[in-house]
Amino acid sequence: MIVSVASGKGGTGKTSVAVNMALSVGNVQLLDCDAEEPNAYLLLHPEMTKKEAVYTLIPKVDRNLCNTCGECTKFCQFNAIFVASENILVFPDLCSSCGGCAIICPRKAITWEKHRIGTLNFGANDGVAIVYGELDVSKPLAVPVIKAVKKQIKEGANVIIDSPPGTSCPFVETVSGSDFCILVTEPTPFGLHDLKIAVEVLRKINIPFGVVVNRAGMGDKKVYEYCGKESIHILLEIPYERRIAELYSKGIPFGSEMPEWVEKFQVLFSKIKVLAKK
Amino acid sequence: MKQLTVLSGKGGTGKTSITACFAVLAKNAVVVDCDVDAPDLHMLLHPEVIKTQKFMGSKLAVLDKAKCIKCGLCRENCNFGAIAIDLKVDAIACEGCGVCNVVCPAGAITLVPRVSGNAFISKTKYGFMSHALLDPGESNSGKLVTSVRQNAKILAEKQNCDLVIIDGSPGIGCPVIASITGADAALVVTEPTMSGIHDLERALKLLDHFNIAAFVCINMYDVNTSNTTKILNFCKDNRVDVVGIIPFSPEVTQAMVKGKTIVEYSPKSGVSEEIMSMWNKMSQFLGAGNQ
Repeated sequence: MIVSVASGKGGTGKTSVAVNMALSVGNVQLLDCDAEEPNAYLLLHPEMTKKEAVYTLIPKVDRNLCNTCGECTKFCQFNAIFVASENILVFPDLCSSCGGCAIICPRKAITWEKHRIGTLNFGANDGVAIVYGELDVSKPLAVPVIKAVKKQIKEGANVIIDSPPGTSCPFVETVSGSDFCILVTEPTPFGLHDLKIAVEVLRKINIPFGVVVNRAGMGDKKVYEYCGKESIHILLEIPYERRIAELYSKGIPFGSEMPEWVEKFQVLFSKIKVLAKK
Repeated sequence: MKQLTVLSGKGGTGKTSITACFAVLAKNAVVVDCDVDAPDLHMLLHPEVIKTQKFMGSKLAVLDKAKCIKCGLCRENCNFGAIAIDLKVDAIACEGCGVCNVVCPAGAITLVPRVSGNAFISKTKYGFMSHALLDPGESNSGKLVTSVRQNAKILAEKQNCDLVIIDGSPGIGCPVIASITGADAALVVTEPTMSGIHDLERALKLLDHFNIAAFVCINMYDVNTSNTTKILNFCKDNRVDVVGIIPFSPEVTQAMVKGKTIVEYSPKSGVSEEIMSMWNKMSQFLGAGNQ
């Protein structure tokens, strides 16, 4: 079963839920797809075993063949290849690797080369095997790194995926293919607003989901009213407690210091098994 | 005209709450929400929309069934897996690159502009606001951020505003890069947690890469004072000014629930005083936008 943990709003506790659940359930694979700011390993403290570069493919122009006709520039929707008088420039960070310029080039002057954008990092701790993607600083496209992380999914395993915040392409790329998505929110106007957008996306792409309310007791009751009205399962509430915040700040998953939570996360996982796509 | 971007790396550190305070304190600034897929600033500033523009971020492949000869070349050549086995186009996966259009021998595929969201120009109690909302699950947030910033710039010039204050999104990827490009300064809001520190370091590296003056604010510093000391030392070693050290206060959430900024809700509180002092430092650096 593949369970992703997402939120819409940042900083609601996705990573905390993902890591605590992974440690409580055990024998799982944890994938951190928040390639822009991967944090799950800071809570899991894995022993790292391997690191690989992630590349995208970008056009390589053979200047002996290219006659700067400009067909590639005309074709490219992303302004990633540009003919200026007698010269041709490639902007690797704008390229979406669609492959169109190579197809369109009348002189077959374009082939492909690798362009490094980030890394894949492998490790393990306490029955949890982690893979996290890390986008290189200054590189704009997280999606290819997310795709590379998701390629590591072990078939048949229980997989927990920590998603990036937001509701646009990195989020969609992360959660697509999941059997279930946990949306972690906080009971505040910001939390609710972004939860609603995330719900809309999940309904559009047809992934079953439920809500975990973190910092329960802060803010107001409107998240509960919304979930009630929309018949959305509230799977777990994590109270607004200073101790939990302090443990998180130190990089300690609170379940390891507050053992009563281990069972709660196991129950959460069992509930999800029932609700998930069969 | 000067531009200040508030960002964080890690989400939920308080970017939006602080940006909204700056908008209130600045009086003569245009405020911009560059978090276009989960925007929250409007819930504190209550903008009244004056103008809505449709955002055409990319194109979408549309297949004409009557012309299609079912050869499957479009599916074979699509690098985004956007064409299903029954040759239906998956609108979410389609990047609008046009490869299918080029390889189709029957001329059955056209590229049409797609609406992926809306950009708004609005008025608030404190001045003009430029913001947007990407349609749920759409891509191209970086492009939308760029057009929201373009709108803000035009507004600021027209209205004679000397400052643009920009609320960024979490992360360091394309929408964030679009939020900081050309800014005169950036304020990174962090929190004294292991993740906060890690993400701060990456955000500062990004600002350094793009050569943008960086300032730091430590929010909820008293949640872990030893981590706060670590951040202070790190900033000192890297010659980055820490302009604000804000205590934790439940009043910030109470203000949010009431739809207000903390400087309006509780102007005499420790949090408000620290934000005002931070604002004074930032506006002094920018030489603009002060009351």
